[in-house]
Amino acid sequence: MADKPVALAQRKLMDVKLGELPSWLGTRDFTPNGLLGSVRGGYERYYNKYINVRKGGIGGVAMFLAGYVALSYLWEYDHIKHDRWRKYH
Amino acid sequence: MMTSFFDQFASPSYLGIPLIAIAIALPWVLYPTPSSRWINNRLITIQGWFINRFTNQLLLPLNVGGHKWALLLASLMIFLITINMLGLLPYTFTPTTQLSLNMGFAVPLWLATVIIGMRNQPTVALGHLLPEGTPIPLIPVLIIIETISLLIRPLALGVRLTANLTAGHLLIQLIATAVFVLLPMMPTVAILTATVLFLLTLLEVAVAMIQAYVFVLLLSLYLQENV
Repeated sequence: MADKPVALAQRKLMDVKLGELPSWLGTRDFTPNGLLGSVRGGYERYYNKYINVRKGGIGGVAMFLAGYVALSYLWEYDHIKHDRWRKYH
Repeated sequence: MMTSFFDQFASPSYLGIPLIAIAIALPWVLYPTPSSRWINNRLITIQGWFINRFTNQLLLPLNVGGHKWALLLASLMIFLITINMLGLLPYTFTPTTQLSLNMGFAVPLWLATVIIGMRNQPTVALGHLLPEGTPIPLIPVLIIIETISLLIRPLALGVRLTANLTAGHLLIQLIATAVFVLLPMMPTVAILTATVLFLLTLLEVAVAMIQAYVFVLLLSLYLQENV
């Protein structure tokens, strides 16, 4: 059965086909208010899925911290690659 | 380019965004506000319990005037302890290793306690400069010594935090490098050094928490004298 036709602007990222990606990006709101809203929306989604549950455990926080470690690695990569290349420490 | 072990304390910047900005903003994200429900989820309950216990403990020696500082001291403690503990994760940056940040905390808060004391009860505040029961010939020298000790407090607060954290991180990096280099040559020695590294990491976790606590405790002590 075919899906109901939903307008491009209302679809979520996972429902957008690859060819429609540039036009979908054109409908998104990239003003500072829009960016803030999307950050807040993302935070609420993560919070309500992993933290604000009846029997929340260490998993929600641990995933977040692992992401932070990955982000820090990305930020320090320029410095770390010199550690790998250096012959004498 | 000469690289040294101190390079880990240089603030890294990528795409124009310094990592220290993310590291300082992170504790705010990690402590969500409790919702208006009667029973919150587990993590919020634990968080609220801990903050209540800690603030209660911290404000025990202070009289009512000092209770105005409850929010500031509790949030400062949470902030410092979070930043210190997050700095122990691999590849992360610890903002409290920067002397500028610690002095930025220490000097205004200490100055606030001194000014409050001088403004509200100047005689008592000046009276703290002379301990009770000093022999009369020693009075001039002691007043000078106590004044110097008063003026050196912000420096001590800031440098204590910086030095403890910097030394800890440096030691971890040194010993880890030693283990890494020794592993192909003398595995037994490497294993012994790895044990030292493990114990040192435990110490660092303790130091991270203790240093934050000491900072806030001393500040509350200075407040208690002056309020």
